[in-house]
Amino acid sequence: MFSDKYKLIVLIFLSISFLFYSFYLYKKPPHETENATALEMEGKMIWQKKKNCTSCHQLYGLGGHLGPDLTNITQRRTTPQIEAFLKNGINQMPNFNLSQHEMEALISFLTAVNKSGNGDPRTYKLYIDGTISQ
Amino acid sequence: MELYRNKLSIPFFILSLALLMIGLTFGFIGSVQYLVPDFLKEWISFDKVRPLHVSSVVFWILVTAMGSVITFLQEHIGGSIKYPPLLKAQFWVFAITFLLIIISYFLGIFGGREYWEFHPYFAFPIAFGWLLFIINVFSSIKNFRNQPVYVWMWLTGLVFFLFTYIESNLWQILWFRKEIIHDMTIQWKSYGSLVGSWNMLIYGSSIYLMDKISGNQKYSYSSIAFALYFLGLLNGMFNWGHHIYTLPTHHFVKHIAYIISMTELILIARIIYLWKDSLTTAKMHKHLRSYQFIIAADVWVFITLILAILMSIPALNVYMHGTHVVVAHTMGATIGINTMLLFAYIFDVIKDSTINEKIFKIGYRIIQISLPIFFLSLLSAGIYKGFWQMQEQHLIYGSMLKKLKPAFLLFSSSGFFLVLGFFMIIFIALKSLLFIYSSKNKI
Ligand code: HEC
Ligand code: HEM
Repeated sequence: MFSDKYKLIVLIFLSISFLFYSFYLYKKPPHETENATALEMEGKMIWQKKKNCTSCHQLYGLGGHLGPDLTNITQRRTTPQIEAFLKNGINQMPNFNLSQHEMEALISFLTAVNKSGNGDPRTYKLYIDGTISQ
Repeated sequence: MELYRNKLSIPFFILSLALLMIGLTFGFIGSVQYLVPDFLKEWISFDKVRPLHVSSVVFWILVTAMGSVITFLQEHIGGSIKYPPLLKAQFWVFAITFLLIIISYFLGIFGGREYWEFHPYFAFPIAFGWLLFIINVFSSIKNFRNQPVYVWMWLTGLVFFLFTYIESNLWQILWFRKEIIHDMTIQWKSYGSLVGSWNMLIYGSSIYLMDKISGNQKYSYSSIAFALYFLGLLNGMFNWGHHIYTLPTHHFVKHIAYIISMTELILIARIIYLWKDSLTTAKMHKHLRSYQFIIAADVWVFITLILAILMSIPALNVYMHGTHVVVAHTMGATIGINTMLLFAYIFDVIKDSTINEKIFKIGYRIIQISLPIFFLSLLSAGIYKGFWQMQEQHLIYGSMLKKLKPAFLLFSSSGFFLVLGFFMIIFIALKSLLFIYSSKNKI
């Protein structure tokens, strides 16, 4: 049986590694990008806060599972098309009664998401050791 | 003494069962909305239904886990928790906060992220309530030397939860949310660990309960128990990257997650190795209601662990990510493992003689039959979508969704029976708990 001392050593070792890992990740964003615009940040808050788009949609496959992934939606659809979806709703998606400004903010956010990377799994490369690259 | 101890934890179980009823009801409504897009759309659309379901069931898990730790800790130390008034305060902080959160969802007030979609103001009472919990548990343990593994698990789970909960709220500081990939990395880091932390509490309680049922404490002091505890902690801390293989974040995050996740194979090997022993033990104790839930959880540990390991291989994850395979896994684990174990704790508190045997049996059977169907329906919908999303030329999203209708029909109808079965069990449990709570006699 391990004595308390050994158990404590393992626990402290794990905790310190975890803290180190955490703070490294907090400090170091994966991408150096220019600062987000105010409009984009407003759009992000509408996405997450005001209208809970995440309950049905995904970004990079993360989110609800009822609607399509919208990571690269601004590449697939034009602004008027996206606005038409938002104004009319479709299937389970209600009309959110967004103002013109709110729609612009949302689209500005989605444009930034599109720029951040590629969310289409068909374009990923799969390797025999189980890893992938984008 | 026993009555006093139970009385302190019983309100937690009553609250948690009420939360489960709310969660189940909205889960069912959500599943109907999958089939009939306009169902209750004007009154309560899916963007409200989903958080109502998911947050309520997460609260069910948390509150029952709290109740179990409080009950079992007091049994373990052979006395009352140190500060009963603090425990009462903790109860009311959570009860009122959760009620307000549910009302706010109805009103369409959101603010957070997946699973915690409520307004960020609510983060304060939750963290505060948790802090009260930590203070009470730590100060109730008089001597920290030579404690069994479950006490270690409770203590680490408690602290780890507070850390990851705060982490999941870091986005409120501009630095953390201004770059989308950075933000999503931290978000899923915190979620992965958060689940790991409440599992520490729940698995700790289950080891305690197993000891109690078998009347033998050898396992909880053994080296293997501690080795597995550290393996669990290692995974809780570092395997969360498997949620975000497809996110263009740091590569090392994914490599670390891939390697660490594979250590879970050790758990699979152990389950297979101990299969026969487990069967013998199961036969011995199967007359106990709490043990019946433990057996059910054991089976689901095996199933969801295999699925988790498959999903942790990035190349396979690409097929399953963002599909209902993930939902199957999440609900498989939170219902099959967590909920079953939580019922085991509740039925350990309820003394058997007060139970309506027939309703219990029927309810239990309905759950055990409908859950695999529920799970398979989600799994098949997910696999179909997985192949769809990897096809060169694919159907438009709406048509793909239409093809999944049979799977969703099965999902909703098996879900209905699942709700029915759970309501029967909840009915029995609530009746007994209310009886115990209001009775003046010692139990
Ligand atoms: C209640 C669920 C739900 C919510 C909430 C929701 N959507 Fe949708 N959304 C859907 C569904 C379902 C579809 C389309 C399905 C189809 O193609 O048949 C859709 C389609 C879309 C489309 C068109 C996608 C395409 O590929 O053509 C856009 C753009 C969109 N939603 C944006 C949003 C935004 C922005 C929000 C938040 C303000 C939002 N949605 C909230 C369910 C939802
Ligand atoms: C104890 C019981 C249950 C628990 C603990 C539970 C837990 C969960 C969790 C954690 C999620 C989030 C899944 C994810 O994001 O991957 C979820 C989603 C969901 N659950 Fe449940 N669930 C329960 C019962 C049910 C039942 C009985 C139904 C239906 C009849 C149901 C319907 C749903 C639906 C529709 C979703 C949303 C899926 C989506 O679009 O993303 N749940 N549940």
